[in-house]
Amino acid sequence: MINIFTKFSSQLLIGLGWTVFSSIIALFFSLIIGTIFAIMEVLPSKVMRTIGRAYVEIMRNIPLLVITMFFYLVIPNYVVKISGFTAGTIGLTLYTSAFIAETIRSGIQSVSGGQMEGARSTGMTYWQAMRYIILPQAFKIVIPPLGNQFVNLVKNSSVLAFVAGFDLMYQANTIASTTFDTINSYLVVGILYLIITLPLSYYMQHLEKKLA
Amino acid sequence: MKKKFWLISLMACIFLVSGCGKSTNNQSVLKDVQQANTITWGVKGDVKLFGLIDVHDGQQKGFDVDMAKHITKHILGPKGRAEFVTTTSQSRIPLLKNRNVDAVIATMTITPERKKVISFSKSYFDAGQSLLVPKNSKIKSTKDLSGKTVIGVVGANSVQNIKKVAPKAKIIELQDYAQAMNALKSKQGDALTTDNGILFGLAVQNPGYEVRGGTFTVEPYGVAVDKGQTAFAEAVDKAVLEMQHNGEYNRLIKKWFGDVPGFKYKELYRQ
Repeated sequence: MINIFTKFSSQLLIGLGWTVFSSIIALFFSLIIGTIFAIMEVLPSKVMRTIGRAYVEIMRNIPLLVITMFFYLVIPNYVVKISGFTAGTIGLTLYTSAFIAETIRSGIQSVSGGQMEGARSTGMTYWQAMRYIILPQAFKIVIPPLGNQFVNLVKNSSVLAFVAGFDLMYQANTIASTTFDTINSYLVVGILYLIITLPLSYYMQHLEKKLA
Repeated sequence: MKKKFWLISLMACIFLVSGCGKSTNNQSVLKDVQQANTITWGVKGDVKLFGLIDVHDGQQKGFDVDMAKHITKHILGPKGRAEFVTTTSQSRIPLLKNRNVDAVIATMTITPERKKVISFSKSYFDAGQSLLVPKNSKIKSTKDLSGKTVIGVVGANSVQNIKKVAPKAKIIELQDYAQAMNALKSKQGDALTTDNGILFGLAVQNPGYEVRGGTFTVEPYGVAVDKGQTAFAEAVDKAVLEMQHNGEYNRLIKKWFGDVPGFKYKELYRQ
């Protein structure tokens, strides 16, 4: 196992870099997109609620690999040329955003309705109340499930391996197939994934305690 | 205390996993298959002409598959059964090492690296690496590959070869040939590289693409068996030799490669 790591350290670090890079981009954008659709799902307007609902249901009920393959193979043929890394990261972002939207929506709905009424009665607009009263409370409630989604996102980034995204899993495949040392190749990569996900889990737990 | 528990459980997991896979099975595969009267072959499922799953009946069909059927009859007699398991370039060696299959006949080149972990029969087919490009492509040979993206398949030694022949090309590796072909069609790469036999198969399925640049390596395909199963490898050699003598081999070559445009199948004939 140590052999694999020392012999292929540069290749593995490149993989680690691409995995972290893709995860950060996907985490950032899926959080934004997820929040937007979560708010859409609780708006008074029925049209907006339907749009939000449709997006979430479509994105979370299609396998991640299918969404990614669509961006890797279909979009370049008809729209614009995108690389495997970009296709994988877009797929990851859209897929995760649906789960994040559901998580945040449940947070918003668990904030008592009286909060909104109270905020409105002090003269705040709907959006002000949402921004300053509802969302901060909602985020605090959903930190544990949100942490779950973030960890899932990092692990799901292994979808990049299928579209030549140069991530950890891609490197593991190539190392395993050149050395034929399958067990140790995947073991090393498993540990490298843990190096990303364990601190992330710990940080989310820390955040949870801090804000509770 | 809690931290220590974490560390210990993590280490326990690692030791547990690294302990696996060391169980070497020294039993003779040849004796096993003779007893069972069945040989389980690992073949390709996505390579036209060599091993392709027919969507109508779910059976693998191709030159490799027919070779396997004939070799089975030669080793086990006319009542011997051949069973097929679909493998990819990536999974064929692990499947062989784990004894999920008795032998692999899946467009597999005999290489010194592979010989360290598995054993081979003598070559049963001589392929050579080449390039598949769209017909309007400017790429004429491997010399035109600098700065271009070349698509290969994970676990195929063609990727290692192209790195030597065209060091300035960018190489991306995909999971199997179907995916690699799709990526070429979506212009994720400028050329697809692997053995000419496989490429001609892809060209037959995909008009608008052609094989170019001749062959720049020699890729002798061998039947792979687990390391040390020389008795089985020798039985395969004997079977292939018999097939060459009685003309079965040449009939199979003609059956699968006779109608491929641009492929000089008669050069492959063996006496």
